[in-house]
Amino acid sequence: MKAAVVVFPGSNCDRDVQVALRQSMPGAAGNGGPVMVWHKDADFEKVDLIVLPGGFSYGDYLRCGAMAAHSPAMTEVVRRAKSGVPVLGICNGFQMLTETGLLPGALLRNAKLKFVCRDVHIRVETSQSLFTGRYRAGTALRVPVAHHDGNYVAAADELDRLEERGQIAFRYCEADGAITEAANPNGAARNIAGVFNETKTVLGLMPHPERLADPALGGIDGRPLFDGLVEALS
Amino acid sequence: MSETLRPNLQRSGDIITPEIVAEHGLSEDEYDRAIDILGREPNLLELGIFSAMWSEHCSYKSSKIWLKTLPTTGPHVILGPGENAGVIDIGEGLAAVFKMESHNHPSFIEPYQGAATGVGGILRDVFTMGARPIANLNSLRFGAPDHPRTRHLVAGVVAGVGGYGNCVGVPTVGGEVNFDPGYNGNILVNAMTVGIAPKDRIFTSGASGIGNSVVYVGSKTGRDGIHGATMASAEFDDESEAKRPTVQVGDPFTEKLLIEACLELMATDAIVAIQDLGAAGLTCSSFEMASKGGLGVELDLDTVPCREDGMTPYEMMLSESQERMLMVIEPGKEDAARAVFEKWDLDFAVIGHLTGSGRMVLKLNGEVVGDLPIDPLAEASPEYDRPWTPLPATAELAPESVPAPEDSGQALLGLIGSPDLCSRRWVWEQYDHMVMADTVGRPGGDAALVRIHDSDRALAIATDCTPRYCQADPRAGGAQAVAEACRNLNAVGAQPLAITDNLNFGNPERTEIMSQLVGCIQGIGEACTALGTPVVSGNVSLYNETNGKGIPPTPVIGAVGLVDDIARTTGIAFQAAGEAIILIGETRGHLGASIYLRDALGRREGPAPPVDLAAEKRNGDLVRGLIRGGRVSACHDLADGGLAVALAEMALAGDLGAEVEAPGDASETPLHAWLFGEDQARYLVTTGDVGSLLDAARAAGVPAAQIGVTGGPSLTLPGGAPISLNELRAAHEGWLPRYMGD
Repeated sequence: MKAAVVVFPGSNCDRDVQVALRQSMPGAAGNGGPVMVWHKDADFEKVDLIVLPGGFSYGDYLRCGAMAAHSPAMTEVVRRAKSGVPVLGICNGFQMLTETGLLPGALLRNAKLKFVCRDVHIRVETSQSLFTGRYRAGTALRVPVAHHDGNYVAAADELDRLEERGQIAFRYCEADGAITEAANPNGAARNIAGVFNETKTVLGLMPHPERLADPALGGIDGRPLFDGLVEALS
Repeated sequence: MSETLRPNLQRSGDIITPEIVAEHGLSEDEYDRAIDILGREPNLLELGIFSAMWSEHCSYKSSKIWLKTLPTTGPHVILGPGENAGVIDIGEGLAAVFKMESHNHPSFIEPYQGAATGVGGILRDVFTMGARPIANLNSLRFGAPDHPRTRHLVAGVVAGVGGYGNCVGVPTVGGEVNFDPGYNGNILVNAMTVGIAPKDRIFTSGASGIGNSVVYVGSKTGRDGIHGATMASAEFDDESEAKRPTVQVGDPFTEKLLIEACLELMATDAIVAIQDLGAAGLTCSSFEMASKGGLGVELDLDTVPCREDGMTPYEMMLSESQERMLMVIEPGKEDAARAVFEKWDLDFAVIGHLTGSGRMVLKLNGEVVGDLPIDPLAEASPEYDRPWTPLPATAELAPESVPAPEDSGQALLGLIGSPDLCSRRWVWEQYDHMVMADTVGRPGGDAALVRIHDSDRALAIATDCTPRYCQADPRAGGAQAVAEACRNLNAVGAQPLAITDNLNFGNPERTEIMSQLVGCIQGIGEACTALGTPVVSGNVSLYNETNGKGIPPTPVIGAVGLVDDIARTTGIAFQAAGEAIILIGETRGHLGASIYLRDALGRREGPAPPVDLAAEKRNGDLVRGLIRGGRVSACHDLADGGLAVALAEMALAGDLGAEVEAPGDASETPLHAWLFGEDQARYLVTTGDVGSLLDAARAAGVPAAQIGVTGGPSLTLPGGAPISLNELRAAHEGWLPRYMGD
């Protein structure tokens, strides 16, 4: 499998996700793992997976992800996503995906208006996807969040549709999987932490699975996401 | 200076009155010296340059003779003080580059931008030297919680630190937050950055090569922060609000681009010398680069990228706009360098060249607008041996003379939920402390542990200072700050290697303050020598006063240590029920200048705890060895609040209680002094193998005794009722969010 991580000015989790993916790719040590694609490069090589990393693309100065959504590489990402190439957007990458319209909804400022960085639990809502095949539905994962704008919103009928079609990937939950208001770090509608597109080839999520995919960092609940992707796309 | 230049300089037409000289913070003596050096009166631009270069902030004129007494060399020191940051060898071809710097004055006036640009400035000091920043820490001191400005300042500073560090993508992994009425009118914001570089590719600021281009990169120059260095060298009064325009505005996005662009260019061989634009902006940077290279510099100010039209030379030279760098580029490499910065959408401008004249010549529209000799100005920078006197020893305070609490458990609940000892979670959850995916030891422990990327090794980093002790006894307080910072490193299993210091004091022209400064530096020097941790970088912040009242003496220490194997480290959390809790180090029950005395009884008296540096070394070596040998499951250093507070923190972190009993030989110490005394050089460890651990301690000549066993849902202190962890947690976690209105 070949993967690309798109690097925008201000991306800062690009290396982190590259490292996490690489450790799930057998033999990747030799070829360096995922390729890094500069945002001005609209003509990057054919890959099986595109990752939009976390960070503060363009400083988040206009609106998170808004300027990245108009970057040359993103025009190509949108085109490829529409032709079925899987795309994973983490944190700022999720914000870009909603800004480009590849995913529905939007991410507003956290309900408490402050940046929040801590481990949270998220419940896997479905195992029926490229991204979540290695998890059992209903499992609570421990993964960190680190964002100022993760408060997911969409119109009520849109949220209903997402639920009906099984497009909710993850919800914030307690350690035992219970969905509670207290477990929601940012005020996201219906505790939504991550959503798919209709074909489940595009996933956006606010938490950072790449930050807990290594026992030395205190947990590996994020790792099956990368293992599963590599397996499904190899 | 040549006669032909004189008419041009006079044409700038400035009449320098004594008022203007005073506004520039120069004494009459200093102004006379400036005239001697120039051989004439300076024009306004030149006066501004003298003022900046000779400000306390840039010249260290009051502290220099004492700073020279600090130990700065050692087997792993690659570069000590004098460059942008200190550099130490951490093995395997790598170097750690680090420094701490204050941004106190700006943060008091405008907390968000003051703190944010403090972080930005220290980051630049580190990546200027070729290091990728891997960790930020912050030592913050605020006024009393009930002071009307404190909440606003806490909110602004924390948001500013986070706003900058989070965006730049460098994890903020630790630090300190404390409250004391002594900072009501003058808070402290000290920021530390640690970076890693290949040890054979360290970049420095000394220019070389007459004719080489001087290149400006980064953000454009604006009218912000003009004379920040002079402001940072003055006391505050009620008019300080009016100084808001001297505070700079940070742009972390540009900083992130600047980091990546500089590191990309540093991987080539295009850079001869590089220096960030910090205090006093272009003035200080170009001066230092030329001065260190023994050269002159000619700048064409028309080519300086400016944010707005019509900026005067004075404004350009003294602006403290952020996110800017100055470089000397190898001849013929300018285009390759330009391409890197253009890729990152950053300004790149050749603004001058090096000369052999030994002078700084500034030109605008082809005319010379300023002309100053570099070495005479740098060398004649004032250096004062200000009067000081050893402070009288504080009277002893016998533990028996300090009342015991009615109930130790209630006293512990009070302390663990107090402003100074409660959980700082509210703060660190606003900082991205995990970005870069190498944070092995997160905030909340004794030291942060940041893995050296792509290895099993890590740096341990901690900041520390106990101003109560420095106030009671500057020398002991200075030594204690170093000892405790190193203890924090030992407690995670790291070998302390070196320190950076940030000396925050009041007005050194007052004997009392100067005596504090001298005493603290003496103590720091003694401890650094005894513990083998030289001072490799630092910063001095004086005139931290408002309306004539100085802050408590606050020499903050940032310590860096090395862990060879991240699998052989410990945290503070109790790991398993049924393990023995061992107290290492001698307990006498020292209550002078303690938190118990101050916060439970409202008394500020007594001496600082004695610091036995030999015991610190011995006990630290033992504990580190035990951790590296895999013989302890948890470890915590004892500090503010003593044994009881450390026990509570370990229990809360592990969500596991303990039963504690005072050992028989502690019977001479009153129980409350045993529980809350702040004797130094002590650690708590847990183990399943008591016998061999006590044997190891005995063999090392280190006092050690079992004081309890882990287990259960509550913490039971000797002679007290069990305190449930839930109750302890509510107290510990409750205060700060409640205070901040969350």
